[in-house]
Amino acid sequence: MSETQVGSVTNFDGWKHAYAARAANLSVSEVRALFSVVSRPEVVSLAGGMPDVSALPSDLVDQAYNSMMANRRNYALQYGGGQGDLKLREQIVELMKLEGIHGSVEDVMITTGSQHALELLADLFLDAGDAVLVEAPSYVGAVGIFRHKEAHIEHVFTDDDGISPEALAEAADRLIEQGRKVKLLYLVPNFANPSGVTLSAERRQQILEICRERSILIVEDNPYGQLYFEEAPPKALRAFDEQGVVYLGSFSKILSPGLRVGYVLAPPAIREKLVLANESAVLSPATFAQMMVSEFLSVADWQGQIATYRKLYKEKRDAALEALEQYLPNIQTTKPKGGFFLWLTLPDGLHSKEMLPLAVTELVAYTPGTAFFGDGRGANNIRVCFSHPTAERVKLGIQRLAKVINLQVELLETFKK
Amino acid sequence: MKQLRVLVLSGGISHERDVSLKSGRRVADALTDAGVQVEIREPDESLIEYILKSKPDVVWSCLHGSVGEDGSIQDLLELAAIPFVGSDADGSRLAWNKPVAKVIAARHGVQTPESVTLPRSTFKELGAEAVLKLVQEKLSFPLIVKPAKSGSAQGVSKVESASQFSKAMVDAFVYCDQVLIEKVVVGTELAISIIDLGFGARALPAVEIEAIDGEFGYQERYTPGETNYYIPARLRPQEIERANEVAVTVHQALRLRHLSRVDLIVDSDGTAWFLEANVTPGMTETSLFPQSVVADGGDLPEAYLSLVHAAARV
Repeated sequence: MSETQVGSVTNFDGWKHAYAARAANLSVSEVRALFSVVSRPEVVSLAGGMPDVSALPSDLVDQAYNSMMANRRNYALQYGGGQGDLKLREQIVELMKLEGIHGSVEDVMITTGSQHALELLADLFLDAGDAVLVEAPSYVGAVGIFRHKEAHIEHVFTDDDGISPEALAEAADRLIEQGRKVKLLYLVPNFANPSGVTLSAERRQQILEICRERSILIVEDNPYGQLYFEEAPPKALRAFDEQGVVYLGSFSKILSPGLRVGYVLAPPAIREKLVLANESAVLSPATFAQMMVSEFLSVADWQGQIATYRKLYKEKRDAALEALEQYLPNIQTTKPKGGFFLWLTLPDGLHSKEMLPLAVTELVAYTPGTAFFGDGRGANNIRVCFSHPTAERVKLGIQRLAKVINLQVELLETFKK
Repeated sequence: MKQLRVLVLSGGISHERDVSLKSGRRVADALTDAGVQVEIREPDESLIEYILKSKPDVVWSCLHGSVGEDGSIQDLLELAAIPFVGSDADGSRLAWNKPVAKVIAARHGVQTPESVTLPRSTFKELGAEAVLKLVQEKLSFPLIVKPAKSGSAQGVSKVESASQFSKAMVDAFVYCDQVLIEKVVVGTELAISIIDLGFGARALPAVEIEAIDGEFGYQERYTPGETNYYIPARLRPQEIERANEVAVTVHQALRLRHLSRVDLIVDSDGTAWFLEANVTPGMTETSLFPQSVVADGGDLPEAYLSLVHAAARV
């Protein structure tokens, strides 16, 4: 504040001239500010993709913590290696077998959540203007990273069986013909964020083939794969292709996002560069958090806990679908068989971002569909996250959402937008 | 000497919660630097009981939006006989309702852009097309459409043509069920902060706002680097003096106290047009009130402490 004096001009940023061009889109946003209300208890938040950590028994966390402090205290409090703890990587190799993946501990690297792995990969592969193929819609955190790298984001038609192979091939060929370098295909194949859909086994093979033919690296992001409600999803794409797929995993959804521990399994050459990049960015991923995860996997009944989560999230999914049927019977929704999300399609003309202030007034929050597109689409979509509130609160949230939608419909009818 | 205890209120569930949290933190920091014992608290079900029990020397509400600015919290503090910084309930209510504030200002000889205020029900009953047609014929474009009660430029649009009108109306009505449609006055945009410690209102140096990309919306207000602020405004001294007089007149006409911010536009003839008055001006790192205090040669901790003392004297 001291820079403001009589006879001066200020813009409160003395370094505006010095920022990199890519910093231009880092601005305060009104929508983001509106989200600040989600921390209020009166508001039912169907917005953030948060796990219900209240369902994680304290004694399981205590067991892990006590074991860590008893056996690996000094190690946990010290710097670690850039690739991450060896024991945890061995445990991750075992964990990935649940997805049908056989990988080497040498090719696993620990990251600060899988988001960091994605950031490192994008940094490694994307020059400005390079093309990234993604689902339509795609994970907001990935869209943000790709946008920040000034990549061309190409959304590919996606239906209830996941991304369409035909549309993928068409988009890739078109972009290549236009002279774009198509570097990556980014996918959340299981219970996708935000759509909730799962890529079918048949399409997985087709997509592997399409990308192999065109030399497009697949980035397979799988934070929700173990959170299935009835049957496990098909094997991971990485299970069928060691060289063409980089696989991202995370403990944020099956243990705790507060620990910020994720991992990446990559072909050796890529993994080598990722480790160097990881060291350059953070020296080493947080050892303390890694040890907590490692001890949790060693001493706690983590598989039993995942089973608990499956049951819990299924109840919440059912509550959400039931409430939609009751309060918004004409709204189209996906019906996910796992994960955290429903993807709603509102009647034509409704703009989910525009009606967000109304939702805040009615004490419900959601994520507008436009957040999941890099090209402005998604205006009449809403992502509903059912994982965090109780089932009763999920129902209440959807009841309030129905009121918001009805008010907005009435408003639009008044002005015949 | 006993250390003053100040309770700063911030947050809440308004659309401006985020700004309020930032304002509250900045005010608390400055008061702490001034040697005050400060506590920050969000309004919730336990607030009234807490205030009655803890009896702070002064409450400073940085609650933006309805509960903080429509006179509600002020009414309750008055009932509880707790001194507070800022305008009383009546003054807050008058300023918060932009059309009412315009009427009062006009009755005190202040120019304010021609406008019309319409509730949602009018459009439903009389038909939006007919209503908007009449408005555009009589007021003519460009027009500003804004919620009648709102802050931080939320829901505000500039309408240049009939095709933009409906969207602007919807954008405003999602914040408030009454909308103010106002003629655009072209000129220099000024924010004039007023300090009023009980010995007469005084205008602090006027801040001229120049939005780098032409707009001064939510993003431009709260992203450092997106707006240029000139102090003094690039106007003739007599124009600034006249604008200061207008700001003080508005502050007094609305019976505001302690602090306020009056937003004006000075046209090419030097006429100052009143737009709106704020009883809980933003106190964030890019807000206009703290800028004016510093430009006036003041020190924020000292200035804020003087406001607390003024409140404690009431």
